[in-house]
Amino acid sequence: MANPTGWKPSMEKEAKAEGAGDVGAGGATRGLVHEEPLLFERGSVGRSGVSLPKPTGAADPARELPGALLRTGGVEGMPEVSELEVIRHFTRMSVWNHGIDTGFYPLGSCTMKYNPKSSEALARLPGFANVHPLAPSELCQGALELMYQLERALSEIAGFDATTLTPAAGAHGELCGLMVIRAWHESKGNPRKKVLLPDTAHGTNPASAALNGYEVVQLASGKDGRLHPEAVKAAMDEDVAAIMITNPNTLGIFESHIAEIAEIVHAKGGLVYGDGANMNALLGVARPGDMGFDVIQYNLHKTFATPHGGGGPGSGPVSVKARLAPFLPLPVVVKEGEAYRLVADPKERPQSVGKLREFWGNFAMFVRAWALIREYGPEGLAQTGKLAVLNANYVRARLKGAFELPYETDSLHEVVFDDGAQKDSGVTTMDIAKRLIDHGFHPPTIYFPLVVHGAIMIEPTETESKETLDRFVEAMKAIAAEAEANADAVKAAPVKPFRARLDETRAARKPVLRWKAGMKGE
Amino acid sequence: MRYHPHTPDDVRAMLDAVGATSLDDLFRSIPKPLRLSRALDVPPALDEISLFGEFRRLAARNDVAHPPFAGAGCYPHHVPPVVDQLLLRGEFFTAYTPYQPEISQGTLQALFEWQTFVCLLTGQDVSNASMYDGATATAEAALMAARLTGRKKIAICAAVHPEYRRVVATYLRSTHDELALVPFGKDGRTDLAALQKAVNGDTACVIAGWPNFLGVVEPLNEIAAIARKAGALTVSVTAEAVALGLLQAPGALGADVSVGTFQSFGNPMTFGGPAPGFFATREGNVRQMPGRICGATVDKQGRRGFVLTLSTREQHIRREKATSNICTNSGLCALAATMHLALLGKKGLADLARLNYERARLLEAAMKRAGFERVFSGPAFNETVFDVGDAEAVVHRLAKKGIVAGAPLARWYPDLPRSKGALLCVATELHSPELIELFAQSVRG
Amino acid sequence: MDFPEDLRYTREHEWARRKGKNVVVGITDFAQDQLGDVVYVELPDVGDPVKKGESFGVVESTKAVSELFSPVTGKVVEVNDPLSDAPETINEDPYEEGWMIVIEPSDAKDLDALMDAKTYRTFVEEQE
Repeated sequence: MANPTGWKPSMEKEAKAEGAGDVGAGGATRGLVHEEPLLFERGSVGRSGVSLPKPTGAADPARELPGALLRTGGVEGMPEVSELEVIRHFTRMSVWNHGIDTGFYPLGSCTMKYNPKSSEALARLPGFANVHPLAPSELCQGALELMYQLERALSEIAGFDATTLTPAAGAHGELCGLMVIRAWHESKGNPRKKVLLPDTAHGTNPASAALNGYEVVQLASGKDGRLHPEAVKAAMDEDVAAIMITNPNTLGIFESHIAEIAEIVHAKGGLVYGDGANMNALLGVARPGDMGFDVIQYNLHKTFATPHGGGGPGSGPVSVKARLAPFLPLPVVVKEGEAYRLVADPKERPQSVGKLREFWGNFAMFVRAWALIREYGPEGLAQTGKLAVLNANYVRARLKGAFELPYETDSLHEVVFDDGAQKDSGVTTMDIAKRLIDHGFHPPTIYFPLVVHGAIMIEPTETESKETLDRFVEAMKAIAAEAEANADAVKAAPVKPFRARLDETRAARKPVLRWKAGMKGE
Repeated sequence: MRYHPHTPDDVRAMLDAVGATSLDDLFRSIPKPLRLSRALDVPPALDEISLFGEFRRLAARNDVAHPPFAGAGCYPHHVPPVVDQLLLRGEFFTAYTPYQPEISQGTLQALFEWQTFVCLLTGQDVSNASMYDGATATAEAALMAARLTGRKKIAICAAVHPEYRRVVATYLRSTHDELALVPFGKDGRTDLAALQKAVNGDTACVIAGWPNFLGVVEPLNEIAAIARKAGALTVSVTAEAVALGLLQAPGALGADVSVGTFQSFGNPMTFGGPAPGFFATREGNVRQMPGRICGATVDKQGRRGFVLTLSTREQHIRREKATSNICTNSGLCALAATMHLALLGKKGLADLARLNYERARLLEAAMKRAGFERVFSGPAFNETVFDVGDAEAVVHRLAKKGIVAGAPLARWYPDLPRSKGALLCVATELHSPELIELFAQSVRG
Repeated sequence: MDFPEDLRYTREHEWARRKGKNVVVGITDFAQDQLGDVVYVELPDVGDPVKKGESFGVVESTKAVSELFSPVTGKVVEVNDPLSDAPETINEDPYEEGWMIVIEPSDAKDLDALMDAKTYRTFVEEQE
């Protein structure tokens, strides 16, 4: 019986709302916010929000298609709403959200930095937005040139020889990286059986390993939060295909034994996979390819500020050393003379792991990431890494004392505290997170990594100003003080948002996953 | 650097607070030999005006003067400006996955509406919050079917999108599930006799296009009946979701899982990605479904609200035993599709589907007058395969006029009789009757 | 925290109660408290074999999944079906209404190897 998160969900009961009239350090107040029904509960029969040419009725599908395969009438349950109703519906809903554009978003390991508006405008240029993936290469040279340049820049930034842009998100990149590793081992006659993972790993790492048919072996990290060569040595044998390491790890700590660990793994014929989730810390300062990593995946929405959009799309390019390049998935962009061409035919790349998704990749994300790299240039990229680390260390220094720091080891772009100092008050990490909302901040990542009980993982990113960080620190300290003085007020949070704490237990016990006619608004 | 707010005074004050002497000092935990001692070799920085100049230069090297006549899994459709206007609200597009439901109700309610739209159009009971794309959704459906049935063999119709088939093959490679290809007949429909032979007690599922890659409407009800008899599931794959406004919901025809993409709603083509993959199935399969799921609940004060739920299926909790490793999906693309579907509504979707159907018939008539016959006789929606003699040559010839002529089938079906001439073409609401006529004449040359 | 004297306990926090020649199995008060609200339980079917120390099902809260480990080897003869619709019973009454399965053990002596209430209480205190 294990509950590694330390968070015990329980049915939320009515609690007294306090502090509803205060203004939080981040500027949170209660504004004019509207209730808004579901689309399906709105509108009136016969309304529509589009302007389309009228069908002429010239061709009758009922003559050509068997009746059983046709719909009769429209799709039942579809809403019937006007354009303005649609506008109001989504505009009202949008203000129930907190985004980077609204306020500070220190979600650890997610690198929620500002998403440049230039990138949005550029991705919407018709020459990018309206290009078809199967356009003959003479009609899409611009798209191919952009991909070619981005591939090379990503290889250089992380210190590798070749990059594929195709994976759709970071986790997809992990899947891709492990497939490449597997294919490489297979080409040597044995795919091997196991993948080593430190206990600080993201959950996607073991899941990606399992999807590739690998057994996961978890390694304990040391008291300093680092993975130690002895632990790797003890677990390393010729059945191990790879070790997966996030560097800096999810505690924000640089795995300083990485070179030695890589040597141990390489000596037994294994490969070193880098989870690039925390690449922001190293931009322009150090390169995984120079530390012994053989493969790394990027998350463009983290490192290169493509918008996460409330859940995606992401983009997870994978960079590899030369010996792994033949195994990369298709397509690959090649330059022949002055012309660019996509290699998508497996006959041209017989060792490729194959196709990982439809078409070529999340191209609209490539445009945004390339725009940021072009605007920054080499100095801007290096400054990004340095200021990200400065911001995190500043928050760490200022919060130390008010919150317990489970690992004293130097950290880079993020810092992990816990709720140990609040234990006697009964206030938990969950309460602290919810109270931060009342102060106008998005909470940090909580209850992760699992090696820290009640973890509070803060990643400010480089785009936040000192004033914002100061206000955040002020809010955190106010919550720590409130936990001492009035724990109930903290436990009642949040009181300011559009909705109070939501009952997750009820959602899971009796799942309601879609609207149905007659559904109650409660 | 406009995105870095730090003044030199800020940096100094912050370094003092940290107890460091320089920015480089902050990196002392990285052993010196592992640090980069030179500047990155990437192009020099650009100001905003130069940046736009460079990107306009690149964009101008893509010719998008005409809507393409290629569909093949990525479709040119009109996106009402309302969609992008709403999508650009920073509260939507600069949010992360809604881990804190109290301040993510906008995203969550929209996801609940997306899941509802997916269910309504597919006739399934439950949907997830989106997938990377149609191809990976299909692969995940195959893996789910294998988990649910405890069987290893996946039967896939040859007329399922070949890119999707290749992705399924890639995903199955390391789990060694067996992939059996079911051929199609001269009419472009799956050969039911061959399907009958291919399906047995080891078959986890049958995967069929709805409509299929050749543009042809499959006898999905008969396919599902054959699968069911063998105890296998039926997975329907829809790349052109506008068809669901005209064709029967796959769930109503016996599909147990419906996957594909809603790119056709609200999402521009952008060279093939991103697009909102969807995944829907019967209620009983919900705990084996991959990806995030949004559910309704109430807050402390009894008001309706939404949360991510049934998360114990997912990687962050179940780790190596998760149903999938997916976390980030295509949330914003799903939001765009939800907005477009809201605008369309019941009548708009039916009209749009009918319009696409008509334009495709118009294209067939124009091509026939120009001397080009259909390759497959089966009923179609908005895509048709024509025999144009030499498809690759036609594509390059029309490229000179800035027209994307279609998808030459020989790239994926080299062994098809008449494969050299086979060109898969689409007609949508964006292809006016005049443009269609011009296209047919241009193909003739 | 309640640890009834008449039960035997596993290190994975299952309890076992002798009922005639059979053994009733559930999870302890400590286990349900650690998990928080239980939202889902997956149990074997009647007739399924179970093995001492091996998983026979899972129990889930919204934030955690825990495997259930069998205290004895044998065959499942009864399953508490109402739990699937009312998993909250496990939180409310872990030792009575919240029972999970009844096993017909192949070797009743398996039970003797388990902890008694006093030992289990000490074990739990060490965990906390």
